[in-house]
Amino acid sequence: MAEAQNSPTPVGSTTAGQIAVAAESTVATRMSAPPSFDVADFPVPHGREEEWRFTPLERLRGLHDGTAVAAGQGVKVVVEAPEGVTVETVGRDDARLGKAGTPVDRVAAQAYSAFEQASVVTVPKETQLTEPIRIAVHGEGGAAFGHQVVELGAFAEAVVVIDHTGDAVLAANIDYVLGDGAKLTVVSVQDWDDRAVHVAQHNALVGRDASFKSVVVTFGGDLVRLHPRVTYAGPGGEAELYGLYFTDAGQHQEHRLFVDHSAPHCKSNVAYKGALQGEDAHAVWIGDVLIEARAEGTDTYEMNRNLVLTDGARVDSVPNLEIETGEIVGAGHASATGRFDDEQLFYLMARGIPENEARRLVVRGFFAELVQQIGVQDIEERLLTKIEQELEASVA
Amino acid sequence: MATLEIRDLHVTVEADNATKEILKGVDLTVKQGETHAIMGPNGSGKSTLAYSLAGHPKYTVTGGTVTLDGEDVLAMSVDERARAGLFLAMQYPVEVPGVSVSNFLRTSATAVRGEAPKLRTWVKEVKETMERLHMDPSFAERNVNEGFSGGEKKRHEILQLELLKPKIAILDETDSGLDVDALRIVSEGVNRVRETGQVGTLLITHYTRILRYIKPDHVHVFADGRVVESGGPELADKLENEGYEAYVKGGVSA
Repeated sequence: MAEAQNSPTPVGSTTAGQIAVAAESTVATRMSAPPSFDVADFPVPHGREEEWRFTPLERLRGLHDGTAVAAGQGVKVVVEAPEGVTVETVGRDDARLGKAGTPVDRVAAQAYSAFEQASVVTVPKETQLTEPIRIAVHGEGGAAFGHQVVELGAFAEAVVVIDHTGDAVLAANIDYVLGDGAKLTVVSVQDWDDRAVHVAQHNALVGRDASFKSVVVTFGGDLVRLHPRVTYAGPGGEAELYGLYFTDAGQHQEHRLFVDHSAPHCKSNVAYKGALQGEDAHAVWIGDVLIEARAEGTDTYEMNRNLVLTDGARVDSVPNLEIETGEIVGAGHASATGRFDDEQLFYLMARGIPENEARRLVVRGFFAELVQQIGVQDIEERLLTKIEQELEASVA
Repeated sequence: MATLEIRDLHVTVEADNATKEILKGVDLTVKQGETHAIMGPNGSGKSTLAYSLAGHPKYTVTGGTVTLDGEDVLAMSVDERARAGLFLAMQYPVEVPGVSVSNFLRTSATAVRGEAPKLRTWVKEVKETMERLHMDPSFAERNVNEGFSGGEKKRHEILQLELLKPKIAILDETDSGLDVDALRIVSEGVNRVRETGQVGTLLITHYTRILRYIKPDHVHVFADGRVVESGGPELADKLENEGYEAYVKGGVSA
């Protein structure tokens, strides 16, 4: 359950957590409007709403108030898929869109209301891919609204890498639909240029006995706000949600997770870790887990850890667990935000290790268990290189 | 021959919004091959001396000099001091989550030796040293000091001492909190390093017990921030019988 912090929370950072046993879900009621595909169903946020209170609206470049307009080619999407996979570009009326979830805030609804074409990637049933499907999303400088669907038939297995680079103002929804017994790993890398703004909702609908693994890696961008969400279509499903972020001076990186235990005997495990450095680096982590009354036999755990490397960085970490049935296997959460410890630094340096290398050791160690979860070698290597670069920059 | 020279060392620490002088003019010379025991009551400044020599940022040197073979130690950063040949075995080694012992040892040895040790000989060297310290091989895969018992932490410190082969080793109350078996194992490790004749040892302790295993050449009594009496091993026997009372109640140091 709520775990003691291993070191004092740095000034300006918050970490709160609650476990509620409620007849009515506050996860749903504290949103300012019910989920909807239509942007008109959401009022323009003013910043004090529960779901917007951490986000600097003025940096959304108009994604939240209708002033952002898609112009020219905002982003270029290239899908590289192994044989046996179907890749299609479809119009708004395609029946396969929007099946995994409904937009929960105005920007996601804006994306759904404004996109012109969607990309649908389908892995037929019982197909087991040995190579990842790679989706390159490259920002060309403009505003864009996107929709992506990845659908796995029953017992299909696939790894998808979505790589975001370049500069863009992008609002998007991604649907992951897993058939019964399917296994999907998705690695979403946010390696944007400094000015980029990226707001997206990732909806996973996990079929009976299916396994979904999401790895979210956020480095770049001026503002990144992601909503990874999981719902279960049947019993026996599993979801693992991992995240790593490295928040630099001036960056706002927000990850808002929601796991809806809507079916019995499902598992979920959430682990997000972030390192922050520099003035006004701001990381937000919201971890909502709802165990519905019908979700007997649920087993869930969520964890967020933050390592604050310098003064001036801020973390807001809010785990929230709601339990509507007591007939579960386990449920818990933990959140901790700690300073890079000067005593650790002294210890390592007293063994001859230079300061920048000591920091690198500690930060690599901090991320190590999650890096191992990625399972896509070139991404793991790129990630470690990125961490080194970020640390070099801070030491220089 | 490596020589550590401490001359009139004054050190202050910030506590409760006040500056407090802890070391009040320490004079001490430690040569390679020698073993000096520094003994003193709690609060006399023994650990401050150890941490000041290693360069802990909490302590401010306000006067005096420390040189290693004529080089100004006080001008060096913490890591430079270690690479110059100073080693501090800490009383309370800190946990470093996510960093394995094997990775830590190799990174440290690479830094101190100036080049990465050859993998094959290194693995053997670590394995044999660990065996002599009665450390299980699985130790290498654990995170530095995480979940270690008091005895394991001290053995891990001596493992580093043996692998890093410093010119001057400062052992800060390495004996505290150890049972007799662990004390013997740790002392044997220190003695192996001493027998090479390549290290000058500064053994800081509150108790005379460890001196049965590690025989000092010189014994210094430390009280109120300075060395108040120096002698041979017989001084330890005197302390064993009489305790520190003569020194804390304003005898010699007053």
